[in-house]
Amino acid sequence: MKMTGAKMVVESLHQEGVEVVFGYPGGAIMNVYDEIYKQNYFQHILNRHEQASIIAAEGYARATGKVGVSIVTSGPGFTNAVTGLADAYMDSIPLVVISGQVPTTIIGSDGFQEIDAVGISRPCTKHNYLVNRIEDLPRIIKEAFHIASTGRPGPVHVDIPKDITAQVAEFIYPSEINLPTYKPTVNYNKKQLKRAMEAISNAKKPLLYVGGGAVLSNCAFEIRELAKKLNIPAVETLMARGVMGDENPLFFGMLGMHGEFSANMAAHETDLLISLGARFDDRVTGRLDEFASKAKIIHVDIDPTSIAKLVVPDYPIVGDLKITVKAMIEAIDEMEFNDYTNWVELLKDYREKEPLRYIDSNEVIKPQWPIQRVGQLLGAKAIISTDVGQHQMWTAQFYPFSYPRQWITSGGLGTMGFGLPAAMGVARALVGTDKVSINFTGDGSILMNIQELMTCVEYELPVINIVLNNNYLGMVRQWQTMFYENRLSQTDLSAQPNFKMLVEAFGGVGYRVTTKEEFDIALKDAVEKRKPAMIEVVVARHEEVLPMVPNGHALNEMTLIEGGK
Amino acid sequence: MNNFNHYYDSEISRQVISVIVLNEHNVLSRIVGLFSARGYNIDSLTVAPITDSQYSRMTIVTTGDKRVIDQIVKQLNKLIPVLKVNEHKNVIEKDTVLMKFSIDNNLSDIDVIARAYHGSIQNVTDEAIIVSATDSSARIMNFIKVMQKFNPLEVVRSGIVAMER
Repeated sequence: MKMTGAKMVVESLHQEGVEVVFGYPGGAIMNVYDEIYKQNYFQHILNRHEQASIIAAEGYARATGKVGVSIVTSGPGFTNAVTGLADAYMDSIPLVVISGQVPTTIIGSDGFQEIDAVGISRPCTKHNYLVNRIEDLPRIIKEAFHIASTGRPGPVHVDIPKDITAQVAEFIYPSEINLPTYKPTVNYNKKQLKRAMEAISNAKKPLLYVGGGAVLSNCAFEIRELAKKLNIPAVETLMARGVMGDENPLFFGMLGMHGEFSANMAAHETDLLISLGARFDDRVTGRLDEFASKAKIIHVDIDPTSIAKLVVPDYPIVGDLKITVKAMIEAIDEMEFNDYTNWVELLKDYREKEPLRYIDSNEVIKPQWPIQRVGQLLGAKAIISTDVGQHQMWTAQFYPFSYPRQWITSGGLGTMGFGLPAAMGVARALVGTDKVSINFTGDGSILMNIQELMTCVEYELPVINIVLNNNYLGMVRQWQTMFYENRLSQTDLSAQPNFKMLVEAFGGVGYRVTTKEEFDIALKDAVEKRKPAMIEVVVARHEEVLPMVPNGHALNEMTLIEGGK
Repeated sequence: MNNFNHYYDSEISRQVISVIVLNEHNVLSRIVGLFSARGYNIDSLTVAPITDSQYSRMTIVTTGDKRVIDQIVKQLNKLIPVLKVNEHKNVIEKDTVLMKFSIDNNLSDIDVIARAYHGSIQNVTDEAIIVSATDSSARIMNFIKVMQKFNPLEVVRSGIVAMER
């Protein structure tokens, strides 16, 4: 069938099963928006800033595992989108982002709203395309979805000049594609797997170091099974929170800069570190040459560049994590393994001796308390998004996660302003369920995409924003206190809006709470109302995120909390 | 401990890499962008289409320790339009130089030296001659050095092409 390029875009998205698109129109993408007006295939959600469109698509993708889709215009529309692309790239989130471009006849002439979009997106996407011929358009969109969602996932950007969306050609959507230059290694090397399993059978203190790849390849069940069958303890990175389930007796916490004592000591003392979809990020390893320094290393990753980038493993395995872990489980029965009970008991001792804790107060709400409280009241019923900063670390530490994709956070890029649009994407994914989309945020982060309250209200996406307000850019303030002799340069946020009135001005519901009793009432009310809400919690100003491994220190050199419950 | 000290401490060496890429716009910027973004060196880069195919061959000369070279090869392979990456061990390398001299020089001296480097006079005008030579990279550098005494007006090098023995 012959149709315009713009219609091809809409038809292609339909062929890919897209049910929601987040976006913002503009001059160069108007042909596509005209077709969006005419169609009934998918819902379009109009964000109020392109950055938020991309992040909302990310929130949707992170919560569902599907490819998130966003459409923006050329020039400033696209440059606003770049932070979202970079965020998705760092955390390997599958997205297809379509941008308008000035007509091919204008490209290169500094036309109105022209920018070299593919030049800008190249280093922060898995791949990108500039569509030069309408005949290529269906194939490119097919490839974009394929590349975004296979191998190590990531964002793919498709830039479409305005004249291409106006031209007419035959629409043939490829049913399958074959890219000779793109063949991700999915199947592990059998010899390597055998060697790795032998290493496990010989180890005395093996440790599963579980990363975000476990979420991306949907293999939480398999990893829990592997741990259980062999009685091997596990720790998680920030990105993997929820994979093991916090109630799991073999789970010993998140490791890294703000990791739990037992998790960091486990990494320090293990004699065989089994890395499953993790990438030895500097926030995890601390001082690299001291990280797991007593251990041999098994590194399973689908991306060969992750292996030996920072730490050279003794047993590298390139392959899909789910397939590989399944094979590891199958290999168990044919082999004999040591009894790791003493090792697990040692970690239990560490955990009892130095549990995650804070010193609670009855005068003022400590910022950790509302997080724990939501955990008690909503638990598995809530999908938790965060912004970036102290509140993010406290949420990772104190929320009781029980399944993967329950935890939505900007890990690699650390994007302030991520929380609200991401939680909106989550809320869209939760439509029709009784789950609740919660965004834990800070008084700094929330203002970075505050305009998205309007989007939440318009589309009835009931995100509950819990603002832990300490009148500081708290994480930077903490570093200034600890490492800059308390010179609080540009981190005092005493000048603030009235958050309650602010959310009400957008048409949501607002609460300002200063006591625990008020918090319980506000949360209950917000959940029942099922409307976009903001609960401003006035919290203790000078609380630090602890434990902390200072930059450049080894994981066993933690600053711990004194006292506490 | 992690017995990878040999890996981190390995010596910095020169490496010729050939990369087979799809002929599409942007592909050169993807390759060059990768090197600059990750702080790798490009000492020389040549590109030409492969006859009767949709691919081109890039020959890149870089320097780094073993870990860096391994990462370069893996990162190149990760780029979507890259078909194949070869880390050459045993290659014939050729580099071409074009040099322009004033006609007032002793032309027979120039000709004799050029011949020693598999070169010859390519073009003569009223004012200048152009000499070209093709040889290994090291010898071409030596040739350029030797020819300095004739005060070259212009020197253009091609970059390296290489083929596994």
